[in-house]
Amino acid sequence: MQMSKLLNFKIDKLKASIEGKEILKGIDLNIKGGEVHAIMGPNGTGKSTLASTLMGHPKFEVTSGEITLNGEDVLEMEVSERSRAGMFLAMQYPSEIPGVTNADFLRSAINAHRGEGNEISLIKFIRLMEKQMAALEMDPQFMHRYLNEGFSGGEKKRNEILQMMMMEPSLAILDEIDSGLDIDALKIVAAGVNAMRSEDRSFLIITHYQRLLNYVKPDFVHVMMQGRIVKSGGPELSERLEAEGYDWVKEELGIVDETVGIEKEEEFKIPMNTVAPKY
Amino acid sequence: MTIQTAFPVDRSTVDALSKERREPEWMAALRREAIELAEQLKLPKLEKTRIDRWSVNDYGSYKSLPAVETVAQLPEGASQLLSEDVHRHLLVQHNSSVTYRSLPAELAAKGVIFTDLATALVEHEQLVRSYFMKAVEPGENQLTALHTAIWNGGVFLYVPKNVQVEVPLHALFFTDDLAATFAPHILIVADANSSVTYVDHYADTLASGNLVHNGIVEVFAKQGAHVQFASVHDFGPSVTDLSYRRAIVEADGRIDWVVGEMNMGETMSDTSSILKGNGSSSLAKVICVGTGDQKLNITTRAVHFGKHSTSDMITRAVLRDSATAIINGITKIEKGATFANGEQTERVLMLSPSARGDANPMLLIDEDEVTAGHAASVGQVNEEQVHYMMTRGITREQATKLIIYGFLAPIVSEIPIASLEEQLKAAVERKLGQ
Repeated sequence: MQMSKLLNFKIDKLKASIEGKEILKGIDLNIKGGEVHAIMGPNGTGKSTLASTLMGHPKFEVTSGEITLNGEDVLEMEVSERSRAGMFLAMQYPSEIPGVTNADFLRSAINAHRGEGNEISLIKFIRLMEKQMAALEMDPQFMHRYLNEGFSGGEKKRNEILQMMMMEPSLAILDEIDSGLDIDALKIVAAGVNAMRSEDRSFLIITHYQRLLNYVKPDFVHVMMQGRIVKSGGPELSERLEAEGYDWVKEELGIVDETVGIEKEEEFKIPMNTVAPKY
Repeated sequence: MTIQTAFPVDRSTVDALSKERREPEWMAALRREAIELAEQLKLPKLEKTRIDRWSVNDYGSYKSLPAVETVAQLPEGASQLLSEDVHRHLLVQHNSSVTYRSLPAELAAKGVIFTDLATALVEHEQLVRSYFMKAVEPGENQLTALHTAIWNGGVFLYVPKNVQVEVPLHALFFTDDLAATFAPHILIVADANSSVTYVDHYADTLASGNLVHNGIVEVFAKQGAHVQFASVHDFGPSVTDLSYRRAIVEADGRIDWVVGEMNMGETMSDTSSILKGNGSSSLAKVICVGTGDQKLNITTRAVHFGKHSTSDMITRAVLRDSATAIINGITKIEKGATFANGEQTERVLMLSPSARGDANPMLLIDEDEVTAGHAASVGQVNEEQVHYMMTRGITREQATKLIIYGFLAPIVSEIPIASLEEQLKAAVERKLGQ
């Protein structure tokens, strides 16, 4: 909820690993107030790990490098402090939390930002939530549904954007927010993002496809491979990727396998040569 | 020398009490027989729980209290639990005696009886006699026998055929005297095609010492009748709570149980639905929160006799500190109960490494053409959920709290009286907020 025209978000030589395996191998990125950055890349190149690491997911360990938000050390902040400092992550797979309504959750979040003694009034909150839900063409009943429980993939994504609109972050990280959305939903979500674009708010959009970027025009496009940003450019870069795919980037840079070899969901395989227990 | 010196209740006092209260001879005889039975019977054998090591012998003795005219005349600890909206259809038991009761005239005119059991014994003797200790038998174990011998106060609720009682009837069972026996018996009879909601609350203001609450609830839902029963047990650490609740449901009848076990002391409860008639159904929702070194043994049970009978049981327990809870769910489908369907779910949320929770689902099925299912889990607060909430600025403590409340919320919100729902929420908060 903090707004600052001087927003300056810096990622410096960031390395992170999971269970001892390095995924992010030195990320450098600088995002300034009002800018929209897109990170593109094939699956398994570390894009989502970057999003999760920026927000402080405990599964990922930062082994070296720095993240600063307006000069403040983000790595020193607890997850909830990062949020209160103005960071927001729209997740690819948000959790389902039974028994906690969407409204109760969001009001708790907003009040956590506003601080004790400065809580939002219930009526003001309800009006705000109704307004933003209408903008996203969400059924009003979602207000009283349990958080993400039984939501379809598209409904979850819309709900993430709803939270972003309610919380008004200064840096919004959108992790594959376009996956699972049909074209109409994509347009609505994009309109929500565009409505929030301003000089004092920045976006980091992580996406596999160009199509979201047709509706939300980025200022900068970065290609991620092997846990690094291997190429950066303007909107024309994403257009070329859409038209030609990633192979030319790999060829240009001499990359054979672009993945970091872990990000893909590990599939459970039934062991074939086991013997059934006797009893 | 016999070991009877350690027996908690004296035979001669039981007899004297019956005389003093001018009970019918059959009741006096029942009490006499029961005390003899109690001396021979053992405590119930509970799954993984040594109830014999609990303080189960502090019964005190019967002490009569005079009735009061208004709720305000009750002890403050009791009156503050009773919001204005329940005063008109309310019964209050204070220690051994029912001291306050009210029922709107329009309900009485329809033939609804809502009174204390002692009064009912005088005014509706045959009705009481037909049902008292018929769902639960005196000889099941030492506790049921003792209860039969020493029961006091209590409720008799009768709803005539085809009468729908719209307003929830409310009872408070309150104790503040260690020396007074506290053994209410709740007897509910819903005659054919009637419906009623009964809600009660158990509480005390005992500062220290030990007292046993030995209570029995019997519900008879006749053909097509629907009984909604909600109960919050909110005793402090001085009370050992031993409660049996049992409903016998006739054809197309229904019992809904909602129970909040919020005691601070040792607690044994057994909530059973006997689905006797074809098409009968039951739903039991139970929550409990264990704190300190509390021990809980919570059983829900559905026994199917009727064809096409259905049961559902949902228990959720939150355990912190070094509390122990044994959560049992028993679905029994008898031979002949074709097309019965029994479901049960037990979930235990552990907040501390030294807490112990056991979920024991049991399906005992003697008939082929049935469906039955169970799910049980014992786990901790989900770290992904905590993380998700934290990414929105909510602190770890607050996120954990929201998740725990969310775990219990679907049951808390089922309490049919708003003021009692608030009290249950407050009890949850008190138990989790320490």
